[in-house]
Amino acid sequence: MNENRVKISRPQLKLLEKLSNAVGVSGNEDEVRQIVIEEIRPLVDEYRVDRMGNLLAIKHTKTADAARVMFAAHMDEVGFMLVQADTEGCYAFEAVGGIDERQLLAKPVLVGKDHLPGVIGSKPVHLTSPAERAKVTPLGQLRIDLSPGCAGKASVGDYATFATRFWRSGDSLFGKALDDRLGVATLIELARLNPGTAEVLFAFTVQEELGLRGARVAAYDFEPDMAFVVDSTPAFDLPLDESEDENVLYNCRLGAGPAIYLADAGTISDPRLIQFLTRIAEDCGIPYQFRQPGGGGTDAGAIHITRGGVPSVSVSVPGRYAHSPILHARLSDWKNTLALLYQALEKADRSILNADR
Amino acid sequence: MNQIESFLHELLSAPGVAGFEGPVCEIIRKRWEPLTDEIHISRVGSLHALRRSSIPGKRPSLMIAAHMDAIGLMVKDIRDGLIWITSMGGVDPRILPGQLVTIHGAREYTGVVQMLPDRLVKHQPAGGAPGYSQLFVDTGLSANEIQANIHIGDVISFASAPTTLGDKYLSGHSLDNRASVAALTVCLEEIKDYRLQWDLWAVATVQEEVRTVGAHTSTFELKPDVGIAVDVTFAQEPGLSTYETFPLGKGVTIGSGGNIHPALHRELKDRAEEIDLPYSIETMPKGSGTDAMAMQISSAGVPTLVIGIPLRYMHTPYEMVALKDIHRAGRLLARFITTLTSGSLESLFKGGAA
Repeated sequence: MNENRVKISRPQLKLLEKLSNAVGVSGNEDEVRQIVIEEIRPLVDEYRVDRMGNLLAIKHTKTADAARVMFAAHMDEVGFMLVQADTEGCYAFEAVGGIDERQLLAKPVLVGKDHLPGVIGSKPVHLTSPAERAKVTPLGQLRIDLSPGCAGKASVGDYATFATRFWRSGDSLFGKALDDRLGVATLIELARLNPGTAEVLFAFTVQEELGLRGARVAAYDFEPDMAFVVDSTPAFDLPLDESEDENVLYNCRLGAGPAIYLADAGTISDPRLIQFLTRIAEDCGIPYQFRQPGGGGTDAGAIHITRGGVPSVSVSVPGRYAHSPILHARLSDWKNTLALLYQALEKADRSILNADR
Repeated sequence: MNQIESFLHELLSAPGVAGFEGPVCEIIRKRWEPLTDEIHISRVGSLHALRRSSIPGKRPSLMIAAHMDAIGLMVKDIRDGLIWITSMGGVDPRILPGQLVTIHGAREYTGVVQMLPDRLVKHQPAGGAPGYSQLFVDTGLSANEIQANIHIGDVISFASAPTTLGDKYLSGHSLDNRASVAALTVCLEEIKDYRLQWDLWAVATVQEEVRTVGAHTSTFELKPDVGIAVDVTFAQEPGLSTYETFPLGKGVTIGSGGNIHPALHRELKDRAEEIDLPYSIETMPKGSGTDAMAMQISSAGVPTLVIGIPLRYMHTPYEMVALKDIHRAGRLLARFITTLTSGSLESLFKGGAA
């Protein structure tokens, strides 16, 4: 059984740690891209960086007239940009991508290419009124503070991100940007595999968090026959507040395996690809779950409407606390996601699309 | 990194939530032992270190105090594999989502504080500020592991790493009031080779953040003639510039108000000016909110003064202080101590409180 080829041990975890700690805010993915290039260079037949900054890599098959199968994961993460200088060493900032303002008070950040440490300050509790503490502080009132000693060392336009360091605790993985460095790490592992009868196209995309902008041009360029998008989706598998009722809005659950998308705000997954994946999972005994249909979205939202259309499906590693300073995902979920996609990569061919849809 | 900066990094890496100051106390004891003549721990856990006067017979005594406890959190409930929390000392719940913490259970466990997502909160509108009822710590441990190793009442400390910013500033948790512990250390080093006319008690107090427990009990036990509390005060920060705030890195504050003996206030100002040490006057119309509040009303009363070190983002895990101000507070204390004579007590207070 192919299961035992799925190895996530020290080197894979080290790589995920490196990817999670790296800074790659949407529009500024270079640091992550360099790590990925270094990893895939010996694994793929060709690679290039396109005009948008997507990293496109290909593994050829010897099969003639092979299906073109695309795997996509986004390199970018949510973060910040300094937009205005305030008092010495302090800057007003804007969010890049969707970040809940309630995650921002009193957080450490890294600013600019040199990763200057700074903090998003929060007013002393002693000087706030109860009425004030009942309200969310709007982002416009917050500042990134590099200390007066750093006045002039950063500039308006610099990117910033949370300064979280990755750690592992048993089966749990904690870190920033696991959305979607888990997907990036998954694609790197897939690149180690010899392709079956399909031409394998890896897109490490940019600017997913700004509206799936990199994926659109990557898919245009690749002209794939089908696409598998690997991302991280929120697990809301937490109790209800002040209620014993069952949580029916969990989206997906940690530890229940890869979350296969049926439909989200941007894409109705291609039923043939859903069936292809679930059949593999059942045949191989890989646990999986369906992500609850609803809002949210992945790069598939852009890919599936590219050119004449690309049958697409997304698979996510579940993660709690998306777009916050520290996400929580499970090693076992990552492993099962990888196991599922290993099989998909090997078995994918045009016949999948011959089934009724 | 100079000596005080590395000592501070060490202090800030140790937990010491109010009521559980053991680990940080041990670090301070080691640092102060070679700088003092006698050292002991009080019944409630405060550290008392004596620099003995070289004058024989009865001599006055001065107590300089900085609290070593810090704000933190405590486990209040365990359910659904999550750890539900309450605060120890004043912690604005709005700063908690996304904070890295250490739970002091059977051993230390790292976790992250988070809030319930809006979709699971029924009793208030979406997008509201989180209160303690929605805040929990996620450790990644299984329900069984949690049950075996973590219990209601376990203390939780902030796990933010101390970070030097722009060479001369420091960010971290518990700078309130470890910055002042460092200032007392600077002072003890400055006066190391001086012969003192007064006895000097350097005290690291416990539970200031809760009931000023250490200040009450240590002042009673040591019966000083004069008491000085060193504590952090509000620095100007973005969006905050009132009479209660002082520029960061531009000098210490000398308190003024009911909690401050006017003679001591004048004396400290004079000492600061003699050595060109920058300071601001911190008006304290309603009291100082420091250990000096308890020290002043101990036994038959003790003349007290407060020296403040400006600090940004007080009571968050990312407080910010200027190393310069810490050195200044230590040097001002040292100047005051080394200029005290056996007649100072009488000349300072002969006119009562006026």
